Amino acid sequence: MNSLLDGYDPHGFYCELLGSPAFAAEHTQVIRDWLSRTRPRALRKRAQDCERELYNLGITFTVYSERDSIDRVLPFDVVPRPISATEWAHLERGLVQRVTAMNLFLRDVYGPGQIFRDGIIPAHLVKGNENYRPEMADIDVPFNSFVNICGVDLVRGGDGIFRVLEDNARTPSGVSYVVENRHLMLRAFPDLMSGVGIRPVSDYGIRLRDALAEMAPAAVDDAQIVLMSPGSYNSAYFEHVFLAREMGVPLVEGQDLEVVDGLVYMKTTAGPKRVDVIYRRIGDDFLDPLVFRSDSILGVAGIMDVYRKGRVTLANAVGTGVADDKAVYAYMPRIIKYYLDQEALIPNVETHICGEPEALRFTLDNLENLVVKPVGESGGYGVVVGSKASLQELADCRALISAHPENYISQPIVDLSVCPTLVDGGLAARHVDLRPFLITGKSTWVLPGGLTRVALKEGSLIVNSSQGGGTKDTWVLE
Amino acid sequence: MNSLLARFAENGFWMARYMERAENLARILDVNESFARDSDGEQDWLPIVQLHADDEAFFRRHAEATADAVIEFYILDRENPNSVVQTIWAARENARTLRHLISIELWSQLNVFYGSVSALRPRDLSLAQLSRLCQSIKEGCQLHTGIVEGTTFRDQSWLFYQLGKIIDRADQTTRLLDIKYHRLLPHVADVGTSIDVSQWNALLRSVAGYHGYRRVRPSGMSPESVAEFILLNAAFPRSVACCVERIRYYLDLIASNPDLAGVAFAADGLVDLEMQMSMSMKEVIGEGLHEYLDRAQINLQRLTNAIDRTFFNAQPAAPTSQSQYQ
Repeated sequence: MNSLLDGYDPHGFYCELLGSPAFAAEHTQVIRDWLSRTRPRALRKRAQDCERELYNLGITFTVYSERDSIDRVLPFDVVPRPISATEWAHLERGLVQRVTAMNLFLRDVYGPGQIFRDGIIPAHLVKGNENYRPEMADIDVPFNSFVNICGVDLVRGGDGIFRVLEDNARTPSGVSYVVENRHLMLRAFPDLMSGVGIRPVSDYGIRLRDALAEMAPAAVDDAQIVLMSPGSYNSAYFEHVFLAREMGVPLVEGQDLEVVDGLVYMKTTAGPKRVDVIYRRIGDDFLDPLVFRSDSILGVAGIMDVYRKGRVTLANAVGTGVADDKAVYAYMPRIIKYYLDQEALIPNVETHICGEPEALRFTLDNLENLVVKPVGESGGYGVVVGSKASLQELADCRALISAHPENYISQPIVDLSVCPTLVDGGLAARHVDLRPFLITGKSTWVLPGGLTRVALKEGSLIVNSSQGGGTKDTWVLE
Repeated sequence: MNSLLARFAENGFWMARYMERAENLARILDVNESFARDSDGEQDWLPIVQLHADDEAFFRRHAEATADAVIEFYILDRENPNSVVQTIWAARENARTLRHLISIELWSQLNVFYGSVSALRPRDLSLAQLSRLCQSIKEGCQLHTGIVEGTTFRDQSWLFYQLGKIIDRADQTTRLLDIKYHRLLPHVADVGTSIDVSQWNALLRSVAGYHGYRRVRPSGMSPESVAEFILLNAAFPRSVACCVERIRYYLDLIASNPDLAGVAFAADGLVDLEMQMSMSMKEVIGEGLHEYLDRAQINLQRLTNAIDRTFFNAQPAAPTSQSQYQ
């Protein structure tokens, strides 16, 4: 019988299923056995069923044209990405460590500013950042939890070590796919799933709701929680639906909320009803037209004033964008050391801050071997991968960096690990990353696994869904 | 305490109305194809245009109300907000906003249903295939109704959904009767004179009332008795009388819903509607059927406006099918 794994070649990259020559991934034996028992045609058939089901269930993101809306399915690859229990225990500790430091950092930069006086990070890098919100000065946040929902992008290099590539401390998305991918796998592969112990992910909504309730303003016991979305035309609307449904809370838009006499209310069939906690999926800029962008029609006039007085909770807190900025990211190992007196358990990818003269020189001299990222962008736009860029693109990039070095960082090109992925010819190695999700109220909980994104194009290192990426189910094995 | 956003109540109300419209439209197109032939054996498609008060929009785009033109206009035309594809689109847009409240099965069916309707092309509309197509649209709507019945949590949003559905049904029935009756019987004085039985037959079939009517009247068929059955027979689910009873029933449930305690609602138009339903057919003819139906439609509109104002926080403007999908 022709086995799916025959002829599979990781091309020298670290493979999430097979490991590396130095480290055989014994924990994945059960998955490898299953793959070698499965015929390619059968796997393909089930993959097609999955895709149709995703579409029918509306697990989609929406692309709007002038006349109509087109629902697209985020491509799903049926070969799971396993993580061993030992590896996960280490990652979990490292992630909790990181978000703990991030929250201490935010309390400090919007409060006493000790870290600037101690010379750990230049004040201008934080206070001059476009995501810094002076309106947050001296605001008390319950449990000092500014970042209640955090997504951390991890990559694994050829040495098998996980590193942090990026933090997402504003409104990280993708968690709905983690849960839905698992449900899909449970339905499509009951034979495989019954033989393997996998840590569950379906309690994410309950965990999130509990944490948000903990974050309610003091003296509120039965907190009214809502999820605030920019609306059904937002491309992440499915995720907003998913989260509201999982938590059993209303999915509101700015138009449904109003500030009256220093409190936030939602407009219900029975009149105004007080709102205590808002998990908002809109950016700081759009929250309050009286304070931020005055042209915002997505927000609620006067909400910042209520927030500042501690009479409504916003999750995440306003101004967390300074903690996940790509320039601040470079300092995270030092920030962890400073607040916790610990070494970072998960290291950063080596990062050069072009605003610093030496790093700028290094970047310009080694451009073809580096990834250049603009500071303050998201979604993978504007990223230049030196080894894949044309001479013209390199020259353009060099000119941009030289003109505004403070707007860029550079990193070595990480040889991202690969995972077997179903393609036309059978299974082939495709690069993957991992975005675990953390929820922090009184304490921090990490969703086992996270979103595995896969670059479906051969050789591509860019896993973003907006750039031709897909997803996989991530299995943290018992 | 389970509160419902005003906007979601409105979305549920309109999702129901659009699905009800799609089903009614499929019924009417189907029956017109099968039964509505005039004395020369020709089908007459113009009443369908008149029924929806679409004369202007239709004749801007078509010279004549031919079968092909009317069928395409009412099934496929994206510019026509009353077409099957656009009503199901609008229902789905309302459902999209409600996705976190409705069952996954409800959304999934509507999503797939819309996908199949929007994939229709002019070649799928030939007269030979029309009946089967209308059948499948009707079944799609009925499947929706069944999923709603079987999976919807019985809270406020359920009540507003049911209210929307039943109000639209009453509205559709009054309009259908108004157009048909006048077309077939231009003068009240003609009541009881020569009638084209096949037309009345078609009217009954388009509201799935033929067999019910036969039970009430085993023999013969008079315009007056058909109109009476469709208007006033409360056992017939698409009759106006049955709808008005249901409206009262759901409004009573809303009034006693603990989540809506303290909301003052004046059901404008309902008392007069109930009065109308208590009239005999003789009295109806005496008032003039057109005048009577007009009054019923105004009452339904007043009621809709009151619901809008009280529960949806909307302006008391007359809602139009074009503007309510958000």
